[in-house]
Amino acid sequence: MSVTTEKPTRSPKDFSSDQDVRWCPGCGDYSILKQVQSIMPEIGVEKEDIVFISGIGCSSRFPYYMNTYGMHSIHGRAPAIASGLKSANPDLSVWVITGDGDALSIGGNHLIHMLRRNFDFNILLFNNEIYGLTKGQYSPTSPSGTITKSTPMGSVDHPFNPLALASGADGTFISRAMDRDPKHLREILKDANDHKGSSLIEIYQNCNVFNDGAFAVYTDKGSKEDSTVFVEHGKPMVFGKDGDKGIVLDGATPHIVDLTDGNYDKHDLWVHDKYDRFKAGVLIRCFDAPSTPSVGLPRPFGVFYQENRPTYEDLLHDQIKNSVERKGKGDLDALLRGTNTWEIA
Amino acid sequence: MEETKPKTKGKIQESKKDVAILFAGDSGDGIQLTGSQFSTTSALFGNDISTFPNFPAEIRAPQGTIAGVSGFQLNFGSIEIYTPGDLCDVLVVMNAAALKANLDKLKTSGTIIANTSGFDKRNLKLAGYLDARSPLEDNSLGKYRVIEIDVTKMTREALKETSLGIKEKDRSKNMFVLGFLYWMYNRNLGPTQKFLEEKFAKTPEFIESNLAVLKAGYNFGDTSETFTTRFEVKPAPMPKGVYRNIMGNQALAMGLIAASQKADVPLFYGSYPITPASDILHELSRHKNFDVRSFQAADEIAAITSSIGASFAGNIGVTASSGPGIALKGEALGLACILELPLVVVNVQRGGPSTGLPTKTEQADLLQAIYGRNGEAPIPVIAAASPKDCFQMAFEAVRIAVEHMTPVFLLSDGYIANGAEPWRFPSSKDIGKITAPFLKKAGEEPFLPYERDEKGVRKWAIPGIKGLEHRIGGLEKQDKTGNVSYDPENHQKMVDIRAEKIANIANFIPEQEIDQGKVGAKLLILTWGSVYGAAKTAVKDMLLKDLDVAHIHLKYLFPFPKNLEGLLRKFDKVLVPELNKGQLVKLIRSEFLIDAIPFSKVKGLPFSSTEVQEEALKHLES
Ligand code: SF4
Repeated sequence: MSVTTEKPTRSPKDFSSDQDVRWCPGCGDYSILKQVQSIMPEIGVEKEDIVFISGIGCSSRFPYYMNTYGMHSIHGRAPAIASGLKSANPDLSVWVITGDGDALSIGGNHLIHMLRRNFDFNILLFNNEIYGLTKGQYSPTSPSGTITKSTPMGSVDHPFNPLALASGADGTFISRAMDRDPKHLREILKDANDHKGSSLIEIYQNCNVFNDGAFAVYTDKGSKEDSTVFVEHGKPMVFGKDGDKGIVLDGATPHIVDLTDGNYDKHDLWVHDKYDRFKAGVLIRCFDAPSTPSVGLPRPFGVFYQENRPTYEDLLHDQIKNSVERKGKGDLDALLRGTNTWEIA
Repeated sequence: MEETKPKTKGKIQESKKDVAILFAGDSGDGIQLTGSQFSTTSALFGNDISTFPNFPAEIRAPQGTIAGVSGFQLNFGSIEIYTPGDLCDVLVVMNAAALKANLDKLKTSGTIIANTSGFDKRNLKLAGYLDARSPLEDNSLGKYRVIEIDVTKMTREALKETSLGIKEKDRSKNMFVLGFLYWMYNRNLGPTQKFLEEKFAKTPEFIESNLAVLKAGYNFGDTSETFTTRFEVKPAPMPKGVYRNIMGNQALAMGLIAASQKADVPLFYGSYPITPASDILHELSRHKNFDVRSFQAADEIAAITSSIGASFAGNIGVTASSGPGIALKGEALGLACILELPLVVVNVQRGGPSTGLPTKTEQADLLQAIYGRNGEAPIPVIAAASPKDCFQMAFEAVRIAVEHMTPVFLLSDGYIANGAEPWRFPSSKDIGKITAPFLKKAGEEPFLPYERDEKGVRKWAIPGIKGLEHRIGGLEKQDKTGNVSYDPENHQKMVDIRAEKIANIANFIPEQEIDQGKVGAKLLILTWGSVYGAAKTAVKDMLLKDLDVAHIHLKYLFPFPKNLEGLLRKFDKVLVPELNKGQLVKLIRSEFLIDAIPFSKVKGLPFSSTEVQEEALKHLES
């Protein structure tokens, strides 16, 4: 029996370019590249309609490895470049690849304005809490006290919570994933792609050369279960070994409860609603180190917030359409002539 | 429409070839409107004109002070006019500060029209007149003819039957002055009436009140016995055709739209507000029905990078700014250069350095345009000569950018941007075509994004086309494939290829012509940008005096026209007047080893033709 399909089925390999991948062996970027390539055949977009735009940094080499259209641009500017690209051609599937230094330091302004304008693209923010390409300076997401070449006595800056920043800029899709949980990452990537609007995924990415183990507590077998909570829309927040813990919301304050001692069961727990802006704010603020004795909240992963809001490019093209409907298609001679002319005979 | 030109009594008429009027007053006095109305009316009448608004440096300067004075200079004539005039014949002042700020711009024996109610104690003090002594009363204006009119009183008088409040009545003061000047220069009230009818279509009471005051001003001249002289300035012998009035920034925006239409490629305009370039953004934003995608970016860097993104997607990316904003765009210019994507970058220059003089004009960004980037990053630079020329040069900028796949700098300045002149606008069918080097389909062979044609130009392969998927970037790229390459030989090759591609543009621009005078003259005046008008006027005058001088005006500054060196060598001396410390002159010297003479001015003001002529005479004598 032969099956004919309209379109040739693509495989992840079709999305991989002929260029050798040049990240350090063991870098978390490899996993992210692989997950992106593996979801590409599933998103229903032809590769000629896909564009990857990056800035500068280790992660920004990404477009070279994708057999799509791509631009490796300049430091921090990928969101702005993508804004122009999407305005010019709203039909393209646009992916912005950036890092913690690229998006949050030198390109911070571009990131927040892209988010508030809500261009329909997917922003993959590789957060490794370090400057890797320039060989190991602390970044705007490095925890205070981080010792690097540029901060031999420890950094004194307070770090960004990237998702709180995105929420402050009214991002319409705010999520977190990590390199070492490929299955979850793939799901989030697909959700991000399905969302119409700016979809931000903060991806914890291990830089095994300059900041190895920065996220080990969330990825290592021994600690992962107690230090992370994977939130799903409509589901109670359960975590811990064998799901022995949960989170309840007391007013606006989350607390950890034990599900084994009989005092609480799943019905008492905070049920995740990704469309609830206020509760998403609480979730995004669960940002303490899990070891902090007073709170000890796990680090959440998943889609925290999602909102449907018109995209910038649609509104822009609506205006163009309206303008044509109202005034007619531009008439160059009428424009040149203006309203006040005189003749010299 | 009723008869708009009131009947006038017979008065002595004096004929004039050209007249320069400077309107000055508080920013709230409607000076710009008065000036532009007089300009439009004169242009419609058939005079050649040139105008220059002089905005106050500070928008919220206190009323009545020198810092708050707004000016509008207009030169109109029965002869060809190339500048707003050096010194003016008539100075209209709405208050004491306006007189104090502008008296030095009035010719000896020129006329002052003063609104006496602007010379009360308070205004005199604010303007800084010693002991609040009025210059109208202390004989200090003896050299001039002074016409004193209590404009405020007359305006209120003209509106006494209306229900308008005092504040609203006083807002029409400028119409009284305008009416009076229309009488003085024998102009028709029709165009202003039409303007008022359009402007106040929704509030007809203002049409009537303004019109009443306008006519009152006219009739005042007609009936008052004080004024015996009316002037006549006949239409200028301009080439046949249909004309309109045009400002520089407006012409520039139209040039971009025309180019986009002629290339059949949508225009993307990414820009961040900055004086004096913002009007281009305003103008383009009004024309979305030409498929203009205007984008007010979050900053100067986003303005240029969004434009680069749009170019990658197959739009004509354009961004504009002024000096400080251009400085911020430097890194992205390098990116556009190495990507080899079309991009137009407009610099409406203003006084620098740093924030400098935002509302004043200067030409000090030429070297920034030519050299202001890291690495070997050649970018063509062209410059507009006058307000109407902005149309042509904006079109040229797009043509070069698209047909040669390169960013292009277009230089204008505050003087051109806000100045206005009559324009015999072209018909769309007479405007040339622009051919974008799009690659529309994949071929048999694998696509090589940096393969070039005989001009050295690569193809424009935009996302969405099957089989042309490719990656471009800011890292040095291998010849043809565009893959990242750190190979030393390849880098040398690519730097050479990019330089050659830009140098080759000299074969696709017009050869340099002489504007006036003869090849071989003793003195050549070589100009670029807005110095055109002053030099043109100066040289015209000198040629009438049989002086051995010529004028060449450069619009293509990098690369230079092919024949420029040979042409320049034919003159004994080359004098280069520029509103900077000598930038074009440096280029001429270093490119051609020609001992050109600098003539520099950096006062935030344009050259007057007298200044150019006086300097020229020195070099003709020696
Ligand atoms: S330096 Fe770090 S982030 Fe960069 S490629 Fe190496 S491991 Fe990855």
